[in-house]
Amino acid sequence: MFFGVDVLNAMLWLFNFLILPAITYGSTLALGALGVTLVFGVLRFANFAHGDMMAFGAMVSLIGVELLNGIGIFTYPVPLGLLLLPVAMVSTGLLAIMIDRTVFRYYRRIRSPPVVVVMASIGVMFVLNGLTRLIKGPELSLFNARQTFSVGEVNTAALAEQLGEQAVRIRTDFATNTELIEVSEPEVVFFYVSEFRKATGLSEGFGLDLLQVVTVVLALVIFLGLFLFLSRTRMGKAMRAYSDNEDLARLSGIDPQRVVAITWLIAGSLAAVAGTIYGLDKGYKPFTYFSMLLPIFAATIVGGIGNPQGAIVGGYLVAFTEVIVTANYKKVANYILPDGLDIAGNLQLLGTEYKFSVSFLILVVVLLFRPTGIFKGRVL
Amino acid sequence: MKLLNALGMSGGYGGVDIVMGCSIEVDRGEISAIVGPNGAGKSTAMKAILGLVKLRQGEVLLDGENITSLSPELRVSRGIAFVPQTENVFPSLTVEENLEMGAYLRRTGVDESKEQVYALFPILKDKRRQDAGELSGGQRQQLAVARALMTEPTLLMLDEPTAGVAPIVVNELFDQILHIKETGIGIIMVEQNARQALEIADFGYVMVNGENRYTDTGKSLLADAEVRRTFIGG
Repeated sequence: MFFGVDVLNAMLWLFNFLILPAITYGSTLALGALGVTLVFGVLRFANFAHGDMMAFGAMVSLIGVELLNGIGIFTYPVPLGLLLLPVAMVSTGLLAIMIDRTVFRYYRRIRSPPVVVVMASIGVMFVLNGLTRLIKGPELSLFNARQTFSVGEVNTAALAEQLGEQAVRIRTDFATNTELIEVSEPEVVFFYVSEFRKATGLSEGFGLDLLQVVTVVLALVIFLGLFLFLSRTRMGKAMRAYSDNEDLARLSGIDPQRVVAITWLIAGSLAAVAGTIYGLDKGYKPFTYFSMLLPIFAATIVGGIGNPQGAIVGGYLVAFTEVIVTANYKKVANYILPDGLDIAGNLQLLGTEYKFSVSFLILVVVLLFRPTGIFKGRVL
Repeated sequence: MKLLNALGMSGGYGGVDIVMGCSIEVDRGEISAIVGPNGAGKSTAMKAILGLVKLRQGEVLLDGENITSLSPELRVSRGIAFVPQTENVFPSLTVEENLEMGAYLRRTGVDESKEQVYALFPILKDKRRQDAGELSGGQRQQLAVARALMTEPTLLMLDEPTAGVAPIVVNELFDQILHIKETGIGIIMVEQNARQALEIADFGYVMVNGENRYTDTGKSLLADAEVRRTFIGG
């Protein structure tokens, strides 16, 4: 039988461990790359501070979540971090505008060559790097960390009803001999792997949770919104015009200050969304965002720098390549290969610790053979 | 007082004067053509009128008002439109979007202006959904002029509008410039193609070494043996 249990198992594995993670990771990269490409298109420099702008945005959402959770406000089943996205977007956008006013505007005025502005952006990157570590610290923090309350501080019954009985626990602190209430917000899961296995009898499961769905849907909505903005609105067209030909844009009465401000507002907002959805899924850690700069730049350049469609395609391309190359296909092989031909070791092209080399490789290949990217972007 | 009086302009880039005491004038519904050898400062004179070149001496009057200290952007909003010689369209925007960008500062009457411009340049209407970067040389120059017209200028300045345009299209483009003049717009144009430019011009300025060498009506300049021999060839 062609469509046997083994094939089903193999397909499920591919979906769960390859396609789904690549799509969600690709959405983050695409959102990040969109910001980098927009800034490049309008301001003509590669913004190295973009990764740390993502960290800043995620940090704003995280602090909001901690503050609200800390006074007993939970928004289950909707993740609070998502509800706080507008706050994170606006604050990161304003931060970006502020940085532009204090740093980049000066280099525009003295008409610095792009490489000088890139260096300045590396400086901004380090400052933001320090800022997020000063405010929130360098270690991993979760968006759904366990909260502890003293008795009477929160309405235990209401929380138990909202979050489920298991989410609320009462614990005695023996040091002070007081009772404490511990609340851990559960994740919303549509399909549990274990339940799926039990129901179907397959050895591979199928798992899907709210965050994965939200990540993809949110990314698609933002892509669509951005394209409508760029192609239909007066300001969006003005941004494209300014990106095409700055002098002619000025001669048409387009206000450069406004175009630049709107560009930073959008780039900052995109960074906040990318940073927050990644953090909701994997937790917030500033260094992760810094290291995401490489795949994001790879995505931007693969697609064609300055080209928004390219940034999106590039984001998913880099994510899929990275996941495909670093996945361990041992289980798939064992499902599909005839019995007796089992693979005992790993079946992996590249260890996950080398995943960043994939971005490097993609960059080198693209710059060698098609420096303008898949879609026609500008040459760096 | 004419629509534009640029009087005794001296100035250039980085301390070196490229135009020296050069004067250019044009009135509504007139064409002034600036001709002369390469490096005579023709384009610089035009850029000085727009404010892209700083003047050390001289003044620019638009409708009698002194605009010498205004930025190029402000001069554009006062009704001066400029078509650069190259890079004069937005290549990744469609033809229609290019026109809309020309009308960026206006909130009303954009569609009417678009129709007028399409009536003058029918080919642009056919290609309105195409990216400007895909147009031929002649079509791109037409779009560049059309974009400038969308700003509803009183003064239109064209820097070598026929550069890079196929010879058969040049005549068509000159015809269209004459049509624009008839709507009452003042036109200043810098041209390599001196003979044809002077044929349609009301006034001609022959510039040499940053100065006005000959100034007269287009016809008289064409009839002047000295001018013909030295600057037009034959």
